[in-house]
Amino acid sequence: MLDLDKYSCLGEALKAALDRWPNETCLIEADRDREKTRLTYSDFKEMALPLARALQDAEFDPGQRAAILMTNQSKWLISAYAVFYCGGVLVPLDYKLTASEQLQLLKHSKPQVLIIEYYLWRAMSQLPECKELTSRVLVTEAPLKADLAGAHRWEDFRRRGEPQFHSRRRDDAACIVYSSGTGGRPKGCVLTHENYLEQCKALTAWYPFWPGVRYLSILPTNHAIDFMVGFIGPFVCGACVVHLRTLRPEFVRDAFVKYKITYAALVPLIVKNLERGLRAKFAELSPVKRFVLDRFIGLNKMLTKKNAKVERSRKLLSQVHAGFGGELQALITGGAFMEPSTMQFFYDLGVPVINGYGLTEAGTALTLNDLKPFRADTVGKPLPGVELRILNPDAEGIGEVAAHSKTVMSHYLDDPELTAATIVDGWLLTGDLGKFDVDGHLQLFGRKKNMIVTEGGKNIYPEDVENAFDGLPVKEYCIFAANYVWPSKSLGKEMLILVLRLEEKQEFTDALKEEIIGRNRKWPDFKRVGGYIVWEKDFPRTASMKIKRDDLARDMGKAIDRTAVTTL
Amino acid sequence: MKMDSNKTLDDILGLASTHFKVPRERLTPDDDFFKTLGIDSLQALDLLTKLENHFRVELPDYELQGVTDFRTLAERIQARL
Repeated sequence: MLDLDKYSCLGEALKAALDRWPNETCLIEADRDREKTRLTYSDFKEMALPLARALQDAEFDPGQRAAILMTNQSKWLISAYAVFYCGGVLVPLDYKLTASEQLQLLKHSKPQVLIIEYYLWRAMSQLPECKELTSRVLVTEAPLKADLAGAHRWEDFRRRGEPQFHSRRRDDAACIVYSSGTGGRPKGCVLTHENYLEQCKALTAWYPFWPGVRYLSILPTNHAIDFMVGFIGPFVCGACVVHLRTLRPEFVRDAFVKYKITYAALVPLIVKNLERGLRAKFAELSPVKRFVLDRFIGLNKMLTKKNAKVERSRKLLSQVHAGFGGELQALITGGAFMEPSTMQFFYDLGVPVINGYGLTEAGTALTLNDLKPFRADTVGKPLPGVELRILNPDAEGIGEVAAHSKTVMSHYLDDPELTAATIVDGWLLTGDLGKFDVDGHLQLFGRKKNMIVTEGGKNIYPEDVENAFDGLPVKEYCIFAANYVWPSKSLGKEMLILVLRLEEKQEFTDALKEEIIGRNRKWPDFKRVGGYIVWEKDFPRTASMKIKRDDLARDMGKAIDRTAVTTL
Repeated sequence: MKMDSNKTLDDILGLASTHFKVPRERLTPDDDFFKTLGIDSLQALDLLTKLENHFRVELPDYELQGVTDFRTLAERIQARL
């Protein structure tokens, strides 16, 4: 891999990678079972530079911002490289948000350029508030006769001639990544080139990529994990990224085999789906075959007790591994709670599931399991260069995890107050509760912060969900993460609850319940509130009439327990 | 010939009922199918595959984005028939 200490910015490192491995394949894009694109590093460069030149001709200057709103595909990475080549700052936005939410983040980040996939633009451009968007818009994959509402066609937005490469300093902003804030206070994490280069160095020190490695990219590239292990990491090592433009389980399984995948980062939902599929197959085996399989699994468990031996496991359980393509080194998971039993299931088959812990504010990961030995009950050890502390530990040693690392973001965009409350004396206060065990592994025990993380790896903040309930016919309402009101030392089964304060003499009627259900359905399933509580007191408020959420949560936590929640 | 939109909706309800083993009479067009069928987002994609095979039309994953009820799903499919 490249020596990342030699480079001052992501653009420089990526540029060097493109020159270093011109003939290696860097990208494969498949839609279901159809391969759409296969690019070498040299092809990638040929596609990106005319876009960079066109951006420069359109006066996109170093330090200016370009947002990307796309599903995982080759044009995402090509566009990102073109932006870095111009010295721009990338704003990767979540394509799963609603068009209205995306516009709110665009309003906050004010990018000069927006690069967006057609189906997303079609939805966004229909909104009246889209008229306020001042960015130059480039739309990918638009049908030939489509009305682009003044936007440019990405495929045509290219100019001949060598663009000028603009280097950036290590402490310059590389990306602005939103960790929340579509309804409440926008949290745009400003991550520097140093954050990414150091993170990449630390991750590849433990889990290297090399030319020939194929990484299956199905987590959204706008997410910190895929941006790092599905773009920057593979590229600076000459490896290949495989984009699959569907999440359908049958095609995900086929992609492992067809493309002989080496690594894949998956959310718990998908890992559990793979587990279910394997268990169903095992259940169909004849008693004799099942007996033999169980013996081989037992033998593999014994052999891999101290550390993973993937090559040996592959020989021992060849048919299981053939189902993953025969080259799989590990599955990577993180960003959401993963059941230890699922991780153990795969490890026993010789497929390590690398569990880790991180947050957007800290780049990608703070801890990772080094598989020496495999531990399903922890989120691993701090990565090289990461210092972690447990603040104010209780009698069991559990306290808030604080991090000090070169990977910690510079600040929240346009929010010095929130930045000062989050990074104190150089330590990032994560809001997560944890403790270290005697082997130096971090274990997590719930959250201090008011949010939940879904099985699909989505961070959901109550404030961002509240706007669906604007105008609800009650005196006041508020949404909490249940674990915030009633602290739990578990990260599983998280849910949001709606707290209602009714008007004097108002009854909780079926009509009100229907209204709540209807409004809740405005959100995709993972963002909905799971239950409600009717609270008998007025909400405590500040002088400026903002709800004192902490006080309300504390009062509720003392007065009632979880059984008071009525499930929706 | 383009299929009638009511027939599209009816076929979707029938397929969902068969595939997820939920009595047809319990399903209505405006149901939140995640809740009524008790499925997660991957199982919803599985349903989309079944619908593709039935209607002989290709439905990208994004057609399911933001859709939670059978009626809207039927509209999305109808637009592609």
